[in-house]
Amino acid sequence: MSAREFAQQLKTRFGEWISEPKEFRAEITVQLSDAGRIAEICQIAKKEMGFDYLVDISSIDNYGTDPRWTVVYHLYGYGHHCHLRVKTEVSEEQSELPTVTGVWRTADWHEREIYDMMGIRFQGNPDLRRILMWEGYPYFPLRKDFPLAGKPSDVPEVAFTRPAPEEGGPFVTRPGGKDSTAREPRAHELEAEDAAAGAREEKR
Amino acid sequence: MFHSMQTKTEIGYNSKVEGDVVHTRLDAAINWFRKNSLWPMPMGLACCAIELMAAGASRFDISRFGSEVMRFSPRQSDVMIVAGTVTYKMATAVRRIYDQMAEPKWVIAMGACASTGGMYRSYAVLQGVDRIVPVDVYVSGCPPRPEALLDALIKMQGKVAKEPFMALQKRVA
Repeated sequence: MSAREFAQQLKTRFGEWISEPKEFRAEITVQLSDAGRIAEICQIAKKEMGFDYLVDISSIDNYGTDPRWTVVYHLYGYGHHCHLRVKTEVSEEQSELPTVTGVWRTADWHEREIYDMMGIRFQGNPDLRRILMWEGYPYFPLRKDFPLAGKPSDVPEVAFTRPAPEEGGPFVTRPGGKDSTAREPRAHELEAEDAAAGAREEKR
Repeated sequence: MFHSMQTKTEIGYNSKVEGDVVHTRLDAAINWFRKNSLWPMPMGLACCAIELMAAGASRFDISRFGSEVMRFSPRQSDVMIVAGTVTYKMATAVRRIYDQMAEPKWVIAMGACASTGGMYRSYAVLQGVDRIVPVDVYVSGCPPRPEALLDALIKMQGKVAKEPFMALQKRVA
C-alpha cells in the first residue's frame, strides 16, 4: 500500500471531513476540516492502517487570516514505511483541539511544545504545562505578533526576561549599512560607560 | 630580596640565595596561594563547554596553571567559568550557584554567548552573563579555543595577584 492509498482509504471512510489527498514531491497530505475529529482519525490511522509512529506535531500561525492556526500531524508506519501528513485548522477564538495522547503517548510532549510556543490548548492532554519556557511566562513566543527581541517579564525567583537589542539582527547585512562591529549593541554600552568614566575623571 | 607583586619579577624562592626565611607582604603571599589554585566551577551550558573540557584534558592541560580541580560543587570552587549560552530559564540557576560560592570568587565569561548573548538576539537568551553576575574576564570566540581560555585564566591570575587583600580586610573590619 502506498501513502496515497491510505489517504484515499481515510477519504472513503470519513467522506467530507477529509480532503482529496494532495501530493507534493512524493509526500501525501490530507486536510481534515473539523479539528474536533482529529483524535478519531488518528485512532483509525494507527489501529487500522498501521501508522504506529507519530513523527511530529507542528503548528503554523497564519497571522492575519482566519482560521489562524494550522496544526500538522506527521504520521509514519514502521510496517509499511509510508509517511502521511494530516493538517487541520483551528480558529483563534477556539484555540483548542482534542489531544492524541490516547493514540500515541509520545504526543504528550509535542502538544506541550505547541501549547508553550503557540498557545494552542489540547483538550484531554494529561499534563498540559509549558515545556521550554517556565510556568508563569506570560507570552507565546512563536506567534507572529510576538517580537523576535522578546518582551519584558518577571516571575520572581524563577526567571525574568528583557527585550534583546536587535540592531538589525545578527544575520542581517545590507550593502552600505553599518558593519557588524558598529551594530554590536554591547559595544555601544561600553562606549557609553567609557565616556561616563572619562567625564568623572575630568571632574576630578 | 623583596618582590612586590606589582613588579614584573617572578616570585620564586631560592633557598641558596635567601636562606630559610622568606620576606614578603601578606597580601602577596595570600594572593600567590590563591592565584595558583583557582578551582573552577565549570558552568558548561553549550558548545563552549566542549572547549573547556579540551582545556582540561591532556593536550592543553589546564593543570599547568593550577586549575585542574573542576568542582561540581559551588562550595568548593573559586572561579566560575560560564561556558555557553545563558538562557533566561538558566539565568536564575547560574545566579544561585554564584551566590553559593564562597568568597573570594571570580567569574570568567567564556565565549560570545556568555559575554554578550552572541548570535542569540532572542527572547530566550540573556544578553551577557554580566547582567546577573560580576564578570572578571571575558573571552572572545565562538567557541574560543582552549588556548584562549588558558590566556583568560592567566589574565585572571594576574588580576588575583593584584588584589589588595589586606586593604580590603581593613575596610571590612
